[in-house]
Amino acid sequence: MNYADLFRVTLPETALEIAALMVLVVDLGFLRKAALKVRVAVAALLGVAGCGAALWTVGLQNGNSFFVDGWEVLVVSPVALTAQVGILVLTALTLLLLIDENFTHHVGEFVAVVLMAAAGGLLIVAAQDLLVIFIGLELLSLGLYILTAFAKSSGKSAEAAMKYYLFGGMSAAFLLFGFSYLYGVSGSTNLAEIEQSIPLVGMPLLYVAWVLIVAGLGFKVAAVPFHLWAPDTYEGAPAPAAAFIASVSKVASFALLLNICNGLFQPGRDWNGPPQLINEILRNEFGRWQPLLIILIVVAAASMVVGNLAALAQVSVRRLLAYSAIAHAGYILLGVAVRRPYAGQVDTIHFVLDSFGPALRSANAVLFYILTYGLTTIGAFGVVAVVERATGSDRLDSFLGLHKRNPVLAAVLLVLFLSLAGIPPLVGFYAKFNLFAAVLGVSAGPVPFALVALAVALSVVSLYYYLQVLKRAYVMPAVDESPIKAHPVTMAVLVAIATAVVVLGCFPALLQNWIESCYR
Amino acid sequence: MLAWTIYLSFAGAIVLAILPKGKPALARWLALSVAVAGLAFAIAGFIAGVGQGLTVFVDLPWMPSMGIHFLLAADGISRVLVLLTGLAAVAGVLFSWNIELRTNEFFAFFLALIGGVYGVFLSFDLLLLFVFYEIAIVPKYFLIAIWGSTRREYAAMKLAIYSFAGSAMVLIGLLAAYANSGSHSTSLIELGHAGFPVGFQMWCFPLVFTGFAILAGMWPFHTWAPTGHVAAPTAASMLLAGVVMKLGAYGCLRVGIALFPRGLDPWGFSFIGFGSWRDVFAVLAVVGIVYGALVALAQTDFKFVIGYSSVSHMGFVLLGLMTLNQIGMTGAVLQMFSHGIIAGLLFAIVGRIVYDRTHTRQLAELETMHLSRRLPFAAWAFVIAGMASMGLPGFSGFVAELQVLVGAWKVNPWWVLAAGIGIVVGVAYTWRALQKAFFGDAPASPHMLEQEQGHPLAAITWPEVTGVVLLAGASLAVGLYPRILLDTIEPAVKALLAGGVQ
Repeated sequence: MNYADLFRVTLPETALEIAALMVLVVDLGFLRKAALKVRVAVAALLGVAGCGAALWTVGLQNGNSFFVDGWEVLVVSPVALTAQVGILVLTALTLLLLIDENFTHHVGEFVAVVLMAAAGGLLIVAAQDLLVIFIGLELLSLGLYILTAFAKSSGKSAEAAMKYYLFGGMSAAFLLFGFSYLYGVSGSTNLAEIEQSIPLVGMPLLYVAWVLIVAGLGFKVAAVPFHLWAPDTYEGAPAPAAAFIASVSKVASFALLLNICNGLFQPGRDWNGPPQLINEILRNEFGRWQPLLIILIVVAAASMVVGNLAALAQVSVRRLLAYSAIAHAGYILLGVAVRRPYAGQVDTIHFVLDSFGPALRSANAVLFYILTYGLTTIGAFGVVAVVERATGSDRLDSFLGLHKRNPVLAAVLLVLFLSLAGIPPLVGFYAKFNLFAAVLGVSAGPVPFALVALAVALSVVSLYYYLQVLKRAYVMPAVDESPIKAHPVTMAVLVAIATAVVVLGCFPALLQNWIESCYR
Repeated sequence: MLAWTIYLSFAGAIVLAILPKGKPALARWLALSVAVAGLAFAIAGFIAGVGQGLTVFVDLPWMPSMGIHFLLAADGISRVLVLLTGLAAVAGVLFSWNIELRTNEFFAFFLALIGGVYGVFLSFDLLLLFVFYEIAIVPKYFLIAIWGSTRREYAAMKLAIYSFAGSAMVLIGLLAAYANSGSHSTSLIELGHAGFPVGFQMWCFPLVFTGFAILAGMWPFHTWAPTGHVAAPTAASMLLAGVVMKLGAYGCLRVGIALFPRGLDPWGFSFIGFGSWRDVFAVLAVVGIVYGALVALAQTDFKFVIGYSSVSHMGFVLLGLMTLNQIGMTGAVLQMFSHGIIAGLLFAIVGRIVYDRTHTRQLAELETMHLSRRLPFAAWAFVIAGMASMGLPGFSGFVAELQVLVGAWKVNPWWVLAAGIGIVVGVAYTWRALQKAFFGDAPASPHMLEQEQGHPLAAITWPEVTGVVLLAGASLAVGLYPRILLDTIEPAVKALLAGGVQ
């Protein structure tokens, strides 16, 4: 145990917490009498500054993780670094979109809770210990429940928060129960130690643990059948809170899932010994984790199907985005779950190193996907929020004639929704292509192939509901032609997001190379 | 040089999108100059490419970690189709001269579509080709949904969903080929040398071929085409029939046949008379020819006649591809060019020259309007276009269809017999439409007569004359001297047959 390492590794979280406290002090101490607009602007800017400081401290990491008794507890790994940068950038964007909002008078508290929840997100993407994971997850989740309930005057917000909280509490219980089984089987709470100390194939307790853990994490990523909270929460929460839940929390949860799967299933470990022994180890290795992967694959397929089909019937754009998020979670879970099954004989140690390559690539692809998806979703919620403020509703029909009422906003909506639908040359297409190619690169067997084919076929379905929104914005006649005005900062952020979606779509290598450079 | 056709079109689309509103004249001239410049580059590239094989002109690493390149190249087939796109683009702008609603947006979508089409014809990287292919789909949706007529939202959505379903099949094939090749490249040239296992080609070929053939209007996946053509504004239906359906046929040829040639091999057993995918698709093509022609014969809406005739004529392209011999495939490529020109001309006459003046497309109503007297230019233009469409000697359609039929005869005379019925019916429906729309001698109702005398139809404008002359001239030139195109197509088809197919 080295406290200097602990201090350094948790610098980003510390920066966010300090910023949260500063926001509270400034807002409650100095700005009590100031106009709401000023308070929102100051709180948001302080929050963005906190994210900036945290980003800077992420850059200070020198690659040393925090160890307890020789086991990693908080890692500085490529996945963790990439996801942390993503969480911080997306949090900053959420805060910038807050500037135009007026749903609450308790701005300082809102921003502080956002920052603390983001700190929880930073923690879980780096954690390698079940207890730390659970604490970080609760820090994130409790923040999200509060954020969802923040529009105190809105009944919907309270209802959504209550549903979210009850579901969340239950899934946290499942997760903890699963963790306790894992501990009972292995005698440790550390992922790496668990990986080494689980003895044999086919231990029934282990299967129970997997199911419970997938239930707990499936709730966080809104995967079917643990998705029921998502539509209500997306619909009822104040727009910035919904954007935060849809992007930051998703990025953190998927990075966590990636961490757990990578931690438990380590194809890159060096085994020494005669080929027969390695063969034996590998066979056991895959045999032990296969049930987890199978559960994940089932959940992924169910999410793709249910999410895409249910989205077809929605009339509220927020609910539509919720179901589309469920569908996207299904695609991403494919990238997490498909691993190369062990087959054939190993002659040399090189096999192990080889199989590390494809797994690494699919981790890359998942990271690329969640980062760009988070970015696009924040933008989409930003547009929905602007329209909602002007028309008072997020129904499909409130988008009628948007291209006349605010052409720039309509263009942003066009870019973001086409990107979500996966149309080239926008980034959503490349993210999907990259993910599916990576899945097939890991394993081109019939099952992964059928899953990819299903995913591609369902993205055709998804085009229909995204076009339903765009059709109202561009094609159908407007009922009300009065222009919609948005705060210049909001417009600038939205245009910047749309530009990023186009630029990253045309030159995906920019982001791809950065993610890969984290591995060196 | 050809690469500039793509860049120029997209640049034009962006400029038009951000152009201030309320200046339709500026938007029109800008669009026309971009289209003409594109045509000029296409012609220059065509001339420069005579006697040359495959030339690569841009090759930049695009997604290095995946081995994907921004690879633009052209062979004879590409050059001919780029030339067709240039002609269709100029004609499309000319026949959209009277668009007043959201003019700059219209031309922005139009040029984005054109840019995507140029891109497909010039890409030699499968992923790049796919990207351009999808870029071309989105503007079509908006062109039809915003500026269309007759159930436009339904038709636009149907077209978009059909197109995406097709492209999803292509994407699955692409991913499978990419994962299977192990070469970590999506370059068509490298994938062509990847040597996929026969079993893999056997299922990947029909998948990719059908995916592209949906956009080529293959029966029974053609139903988007008539509704889409009818609902689309004139320029969009010209482009749909003229070049977008060619995207599908081109994909069938360039990707389906060239990458997975063994997928056409006999299965080794026979199932209700079909011994290979080749038989299956050839029969579907022949059914399309006959079915399209018969349905066209029964239509009451003038534009539906042309819409179904497109399905029939595209059947010849697919039949030509399935002959897998030099003359049949050359004919297929020539038919792509020929049908692109002729269908564009027919849609322009029906949609712009006639419909925008009479405000009806019902043959029964047109019959009472005596259009041959009141719009003699339209009548004679349609006579010329109709003769070209029937495949009369002297026009491009004759050379193309003849070659396809000769090629098909070598493989299976029964296909030719069935397709021959389609040609005869083709004469009948063209004749019927011509007779009813222009030379009808039904007595006009008193109301009509009064209208006829009180309100003369608007005079023919110069853009319409220019457009008709351009398209009819192109068809006539190729019909009278087919060697201009054949000299370019034949070596490319020969190389493709030698490199890919058997």
